[in-house]
Amino acid sequence: MRFRKRQRLVLIGLALLLLGGATALTLTALGDKIAFFVSPSEIVAGDVAADRTFRVGGLVVDGSIERQVDGSVAFLLTDTAHEIRVHYQGILPDLFRDGQGIVAQGTLETTGTLPLFRASEILAKHDENYMPREVADALKEAGYWQHDEAPAGGVAQ
Amino acid sequence: MIVELGHFALVMALGLAIAQGSLPFLGASRHDLALMRLGSTAAVGQFACITLALAALTNAYVTSDFSLLNVYENSHSTKPLLYKVSGVWGNHEGSLVLWVWILALFGGAVALFGRNLPLPFKARTLAVQGLIGTGFLLFMLFTSNPFERLVPAPLDGTGLNPILQDPGLAFHPPMLYLGYVGLSVTFSFAMAALIEGRVDASWARWVRPWTLVAWVALTLGIALGSWWAYYELGWGGWWFWDPVENASFMPWLAATALLHSAIVVEKRDTLKSWTILLAILAFSLSLLGTFLVRSGVLTSVHAFAVDPSRGVFILALLVIAIGGSLAMFALRAPAMQPGGHFAPVSREGGLLLNNLLLATATATVLLGTLYPLALEVVGGAKISVGPPFFNATFVPLMLPLLLAVPIGATLAWKRGNLMGAFRRLRLAVAAALATMALYLVLATPASLGAALGFGLAVWLIGGSIADLAARVGLLELAPGRIWQRLKGLPASAFAVTIAHAGLGVLIVGITASSALQEERLLAMRPGETTTIGRYEVRFAGVEEGQGPNYSALRATFETTRGGRPVATLHSEKRFFPVEGQPTTEAGIQTTLWRDLYFVLGDRTPDGAWAVRLYLNPFVVWIWGGVGIMAMGGLVSLLDRRLRVGAPTTAAARRGGRPGLRTPVGA
Repeated sequence: MRFRKRQRLVLIGLALLLLGGATALTLTALGDKIAFFVSPSEIVAGDVAADRTFRVGGLVVDGSIERQVDGSVAFLLTDTAHEIRVHYQGILPDLFRDGQGIVAQGTLETTGTLPLFRASEILAKHDENYMPREVADALKEAGYWQHDEAPAGGVAQ
Repeated sequence: MIVELGHFALVMALGLAIAQGSLPFLGASRHDLALMRLGSTAAVGQFACITLALAALTNAYVTSDFSLLNVYENSHSTKPLLYKVSGVWGNHEGSLVLWVWILALFGGAVALFGRNLPLPFKARTLAVQGLIGTGFLLFMLFTSNPFERLVPAPLDGTGLNPILQDPGLAFHPPMLYLGYVGLSVTFSFAMAALIEGRVDASWARWVRPWTLVAWVALTLGIALGSWWAYYELGWGGWWFWDPVENASFMPWLAATALLHSAIVVEKRDTLKSWTILLAILAFSLSLLGTFLVRSGVLTSVHAFAVDPSRGVFILALLVIAIGGSLAMFALRAPAMQPGGHFAPVSREGGLLLNNLLLATATATVLLGTLYPLALEVVGGAKISVGPPFFNATFVPLMLPLLLAVPIGATLAWKRGNLMGAFRRLRLAVAAALATMALYLVLATPASLGAALGFGLAVWLIGGSIADLAARVGLLELAPGRIWQRLKGLPASAFAVTIAHAGLGVLIVGITASSALQEERLLAMRPGETTTIGRYEVRFAGVEEGQGPNYSALRATFETTRGGRPVATLHSEKRFFPVEGQPTTEAGIQTTLWRDLYFVLGDRTPDGAWAVRLYLNPFVVWIWGGVGIMAMGGLVSLLDRRLRVGAPTTAAARRGGRPGLRTPVGA
């Protein structure tokens, strides 16, 4: 009986140690390893800390895409209320084009009335009927998205 | 006509599933042999009906019958035949038919191959399987009927998403579902055991082959999906911690834990309620994955079209299945008596540590996957939880696990000897330390994480081999004796060595491809040359081409090393006019040691092209390692003990065969 008790104690101790460790890891990671999702309006309003990685969603402004000689691209992103400039070095998603709903991940370089966002990743839908859910929500908040139904699904990113 | 037949077959299947889900329960509690046997008949009949339905749907796709809404929305007459067939499950409704077909396949297999099961136990297992089938057939017939007609029939379809027009679609979903759904059998066995209030070594032996089959399929299914994403998406990576990837990974983690804990139940008659709980959780996580993919709550590469009624229906299914099974567990599990005790340092202790770590890792993945959803539901900030989170939580939990694997496998049952284990593994320890030192000396800049990764990989491979070598007395005995011992070892001993060494190979691939990957992003003009690693890459130019149902821009890269030609790679941007969508095809050359992976981007204003070049070292070891792990699972299936029943003790014989006892309250 004594043997069994000690065995149980060791097990419980080990399990607690593990759970504690995992909880600590998770809480730390939730503190600084997640990306918040914001809209261009929130960036313009200055609601965003400049030193953090976050995601921003909106529509690519028609005619604003400028491909640079070094292969990078600059464009304007809007939630129809406010615009931000986005600079991205990398291969664009297949369906990136004027008027497209996209999500960009990166950091804010300058603030002000026309902030500059440096994207490290651009996600766009793979289906012309698809609007990333976050973009649809951002547009709804800006009063643009009129449809009541849930945005059509399909393949994202 | 064929279409109506398919629809009718689905309704028939539902009827049979309802019968299968109720009558055998009645039979088992009343000792009515006829009712109990009905379970097997219904399971085989259900399988036949759903096979018919799947065949009817496939026929509609192959003959391009656009009077079917599902075919119209997901196919096109110009689509190549392979994608007409695999396109059947490239959409929500069709993939659900595949899902229930595989469910029925497993039900039928239990009915036909489960001959050594006691009849009441088999009846209850099949009945639980029937209940799951009932839920999913109801879901399909009420919210996602694949046989819905479209009047008038359009002339042509709207096509299949081009990214799915790839041989990967033919293999990845069926294999993955085989794994997902295969866990339903383990779940049904667990529920039947809970109803009968009895879990013992025989139970562990009965359930093992089914868990193994599901685990092997799930392992291969995930690997196929990862490989497909690697070569198709053009992002240079092979795992993105995408919510849907996680949805398949969580059941895999739980099933891996289950495979290990079931060994303890079989050999030592302990950890019983934990094993049952794992069986329930593994399938619950499969169901959760199904819910996440089909309910539209996720933004992901895999998300199917959204219809809110579907989300609610499948959420209800989820609540009933998981809630019901956990309630049953809470009622019955406390009655299970633990068997033999063991010291913390023992084979059981090692397997338990494996389980604790795998379960904790599963929990962190679950948290990372569901946290953004939960936060949004309560109206908090919108966040995205990506690779940084999982690298910071999942990876640290895996390190002690990998470190413990060879030691645990070497320890004796009941009470092990750590010093003895290290003596057996001393060569593996030396090899691992030497690898780490070699890497730290040679690599510039060297990362400590990569050194750890390579060391662990060598430790796993070396440790598995060293354990097997010690078992057969290599270096100690005469060759004849070694051969005799080798022949005497059960298949499961080789399975352990193979699977754990495969894990080591996988770790080599993961470490090398993440720590040593080289990436170059630049704008190149036709005729220009650049370098990546030790390779010179000449961008020959871009020309236009034509595929069966797309047009393409085709870039040519001539790669040399020290002036000698290595490979000419073609990277494409394809445009599919029917679907109105472009896709990117990376130009890839795979060798055992590295992948060259070139992606073509857009044209810049001055006539150059944006290109992205990757040098991915050892990346093929990832899928090779997973393949070896799966092979370990298959070898384990060959073990003789799975074909002969567990020996019954005298006490058990006096009390009759396990299943034939009067069930507790059922």
